[in-house]
Order: sequence, then structure tokens, then C-alpha cells
Amino acid sequence: MVGWAIALHGGAGDIPIDLPENRRIPREIALRHCLDIGVAALKSGKPPLDVAELVVRELENHPDFNAGKGSVLTTEGTVEMEASIMDGKSKRCGAVSGLTTVVNPISLARLVMEKTPHIYLAFDAAEAFARAHGVETVESSHFITPENIARLNQAKEFNRVQLDYTAPTPKEPENCGDSQIGTVGCVAVDSAGNLASATSTGGYVNKMVGRIGDTPVIGAGTYANHLCAVSATGKGEEIIRGTVARDVAALMEFKGLSLAEAAAYAVDQSGPRGTCGLVAVSANGEVAMPFNTTGMFRACATEDGYNEVAIWPKN
Amino acid sequence: MGRWAIAVHGGAGIDPNLPAERQEQAKQLLTRCLNLGIAALSSNVSAIDVVELVVRELETDPLFNSGRGSALTEKGTVEMEASIMDGTKRRCGAVSGITTVKNPISLARLVMDKSPHSYLAFSGAEDFARKQGVDIVDNEYFVTDDNVGMLKLAKEANSILFDYRIPPMGCAGAAATDSPIVMNGLPISIYAPETVGCVVVDKEGRCAAGTSTGGLMNKMMGRIGDSPLIGAGTYASELCGVSCTGEGEAIIRSTLARDVSAVMEYKGLGLQEAVDYVIKHRLDEGFAGLIAVSNKGEVVCGFNSNGMFRGCATEDGYMEVAMWE
Repeated sequence: MVGWAIALHGGAGDIPIDLPENRRIPREIALRHCLDIGVAALKSGKPPLDVAELVVRELENHPDFNAGKGSVLTTEGTVEMEASIMDGKSKRCGAVSGLTTVVNPISLARLVMEKTPHIYLAFDAAEAFARAHGVETVESSHFITPENIARLNQAKEFNRVQLDYTAPTPKEPENCGDSQIGTVGCVAVDSAGNLASATSTGGYVNKMVGRIGDTPVIGAGTYANHLCAVSATGKGEEIIRGTVARDVAALMEFKGLSLAEAAAYAVDQSGPRGTCGLVAVSANGEVAMPFNTTGMFRACATEDGYNEVAIWPKN
Repeated sequence: MGRWAIAVHGGAGIDPNLPAERQEQAKQLLTRCLNLGIAALSSNVSAIDVVELVVRELETDPLFNSGRGSALTEKGTVEMEASIMDGTKRRCGAVSGITTVKNPISLARLVMDKSPHSYLAFSGAEDFARKQGVDIVDNEYFVTDDNVGMLKLAKEANSILFDYRIPPMGCAGAAATDSPIVMNGLPISIYAPETVGCVVVDKEGRCAAGTSTGGLMNKMMGRIGDSPLIGAGTYASELCGVSCTGEGEAIIRSTLARDVSAVMEYKGLGLQEAVDYVIKHRLDEGFAGLIAVSNKGEVVCGFNSNGMFRGCATEDGYMEVAMWE
């Protein structure tokens, strides 16, 4: 009899080892909190789809992660959020992009999956759909944090698009250890082997308006079937071309790799070092959380009592 | 030195009652596009360039559902999307929510070549288009009388309608009762997606793929389908190039285009086996079709719908344009 398992992430990237406590500890606490509510939900028999959604909602609401509140800003200083969700058993999925006022993008993605004949709605129309269904919306300013304004200014100054993790620059010591945020995601499996995956993000700091990343693209940032559920994070463009989330499942199915092998291979092949990380669970209750970046905010737990909250590689 | 091969498609799922005149027009367009591609390949144009120029031709012709002649949204406007992928380094570009760009496939190519991103949509994509200086037209340019008629019928039927082109004089009603085939929950007479696509392998063995569409007739604004999603509607790797068409949901959930390459890479299947496998095992209850080429110069079409507008040709002189099995 296999047990349940859950894994979640708050983004992979260049998280410096000397991240100051006042940046590290709140995030560790948040990861622990999200893990706890996910575990409680699984224990109470909630379906993995519900569990993945509620954990991602929690991560979206937390301002220190790059999703929902706390999303990084476009080049115009605005927020454009995206998310996707997938149910492994039915392979039904939902995705949204270009959201500016919806408090919980992952829930809107779920609504698209359940209440429309479509999979993916974006921009003005997605916002209109949210209002038509009475989904919670707020002023866009709600999502914008001072840290992200600073990140945008920093990125503009260097005139480059950056991952939301940036090594501190010598010129701005007050930003030392800042920008330790990224896409968020959660994967879960129950003891019957039902799997689900959910991912949500604000995207890239200083991204072009209208830029869509891997997060809402099924098979890239999110995937779930009868074998495993995967949520990826990192450099969106690489994850899209690498169809990273789909590849984990494909390697298991077509090459007979284990979850751990498939996940590690998919990350390895995704691109140069510093490209991506992912969390994955299998129908057998296994967990894998590989990354080729300096670190990845992550947490996981399995029914046999194992649990972990971590940022950097374990030695 | 390898051998080139090319395939084009104009959608999977065809009404058996489609008027002969329409069938003929479709065949002529597919033939013309194939010949364009063949001429380019014979002059050593690269696979990615051939894909773009052939899909441009399909977009410009109002017959199929892409560019001019795109299906209409619920508001009677056109919102187009497209994606292109270069197998050599798996570079890709995609656009959605395009309303004034004459050739969406070319904009997708520019996203790939000239932006730091892979996928741009709506106003951001339109802004990028203007900065790149591509051909811009009014949205009305893309709207055809045929489709205005079809939209009316779709609204009357209060259903999502794919871009079936029948004479708008009430034949749809008769055809609907005659035809027992159903796709996406609708009788085939009011469903016939004519998303377009092209896959090419050139003499150097480089594979490329591209797909372009206006989407579903009477679709919600802002609805994105499989065509711009890398791995779903379009995919290319060192081994193959794939373009899909049909029921968007089925194609997305099954990551259809990616799976063709994945079974070749991970199970060692050849192109024909890979296409047969994904069509048979990946679509569940969904209907779709695809065209694919391999780096060995092979070309394969596969579909589980009752037909697919398609054409293919190889360097050794093989050429075929077809609609049914």
C-alpha cells in the first residue's frame, strides 16, 4: 500500500548561500506553513487537485514569492500573472495568463478547466471571465511590493532581463541577498495514486509586456498523468523548449526510468546550469526535487513521516 | 547529404458532405503550397525558412482558418495565434491574440529570432510587431463574408463552431442531420478545424515545424488553443518536425507534437511507428491529426478523425495531396 506525498517549491535560482536571515527565515517559515496545510489536507482525504490548488493559493498570497502578491514586474512596472493546473487521472487542465487584478490566479486556472470548454484564457478576456464568475479581484497595486520595484530598477539599470533570483551586485549592498523569489508550485498524490500539479508566477523581472513563460504552458511548467505530477521553475524560455514537466513523465513511461532518475535527467537536459528546478511526485508516493541552480526554495513530505524544508543542495 | 521532405495540412476533421467545389479548392491550395516549398527546398532554402514561407502562403489565402479567412470570435473579430520551431537547437517562437499582423507565423519567427522571449501575446505582441516593422492591417482584412455567415449560424446554434466553410444558405441544417460524425461534441457539419501547418526537413537533415490558426468559430475572446503551444500543436527536434490539428484540448493534454519526438528519442521508434503510436494511444477520446518529417527524409501523416486536408512530397519525386483515409 503506497502512501500520499506532497512537494512544493517557491522558485529555483541563484540564491546566495549568505542570504541574510531576515530574507531566509520568513521564506522557510512560509514553506513550512504551506507544507503543513498541504499535509493536513491530504490526511483529511482532500483530493490532490484540491490540495495542490490550496497550497499554491497560500504561496500566491505570501508576498515573498513570485506569484500573486509579490509578483515581479514587467518592464512597464505592472504585474502580469499566469498559472496552470492539471489533474493526472483525467489529464484535464486549465491555464491563465496576463492577469492583473485576480487575487489567486491558480483558482482562475481551475475555473477555466471546470467551467469552460477551453483550457487557456488570457489577458483582458481572462480578467472579464474572472469578474463574470465573481472571482476575487483587487486593485493591481495590491500585488506590487517595494522589493519588486527595487528589483525592476536594478534590472533596468543593467538593461537585461533576469531571472527573479539575482546575485547581489557590489554596488547595492542593501539589495544583498534580495530577489530570492521565483515561480511557486505544488504537486500531490494520494494513497490511491491520484496525482495533480499546480504552478503560478509573476514571470520575469523586466519582462516585455505580453511575455508568456513556461508556467501556463501544459507540458512545460506543469504536467500530471497516471505516473507522476511535476511543477517546474526557472528560465521559462528553456523550460518551454525542453518541455520539462512532460519529459519527466515521458522518461518514466518510455524509458522506464524511476521518478528520481527521470526528474534528474529532465533538469540536466533542460539547458545550461542555472536553468531550472522542479518538484515531482509519483503514483507510488515517491518525491523528487532536483535543480541545477544554486538553490531552490522547497519542501516535501510523505506519509511514512519524512519531511523536509530546504533551500540549497543537501551535502 | 540527406534528402528533403515536406508536408502541409489544412485541418483534421472533414464533413463527408463537403461540397465538391470546396474539396477542389482545398486540394489546389495544398498543391500550390507544396510546390512553393518544393521549389525553395530545391534551391537549398533552410527548413525553418521553408516552413515560414509556406505557412505565410496558407495564412494569406482566405480558404483555411488562418490569417485571412480565420474563424471569428464571439464578437465577430479575428484573434490569431501561431508557433514555429527550429529543430536544430530547439529554438521556438509563438504568438497569441494577434489582431492586426498580416502573417502571424512571421511574427512568431521574430519572437524566436529577435526577442529575449519565446511567447508573446495580445497587446505586447502587437507592440513588438510594430517595433519590428511587420505588415500591419486592420482587423477587417482578416474577416471574410463566409465566416460572417458561419458566425451567425454558430450563434443561432449557440455552440462553438469550427471553421467549416459551407455555402451560407442554410445547408448547415440539412447537413447537420445527415452527418452522424461528431467532433468536440458537435456534428461534423458544423465542426471542421482548418488550422494550417507545415513541417520540413531540408537536405542538411534539419527539421522545422510551424502552425497557425484563427481558432474556434464563436470562441471566447482571449481563448488560447493548442496551435501556439510548443509541445502541443508544434514541435521540432534534431529528429523530427511535427504540426498538429484537431480538438485543441485533446492535443494539449496529450502534448501530441512533443510525444512524437519523445517516443523516437526514448523508445527508439522510427517516424511512422512514432506517429502511429501517438495517434493510437495518446488521444483517448479526442480527434486530431498531425504531419511529421524525420531527419532521415521521411514524411508521415496520421489522424484518427475521418479526414485531414494534407499534402506531402519527398525529394525522390513522391507527391500526394489528400483529404480522406
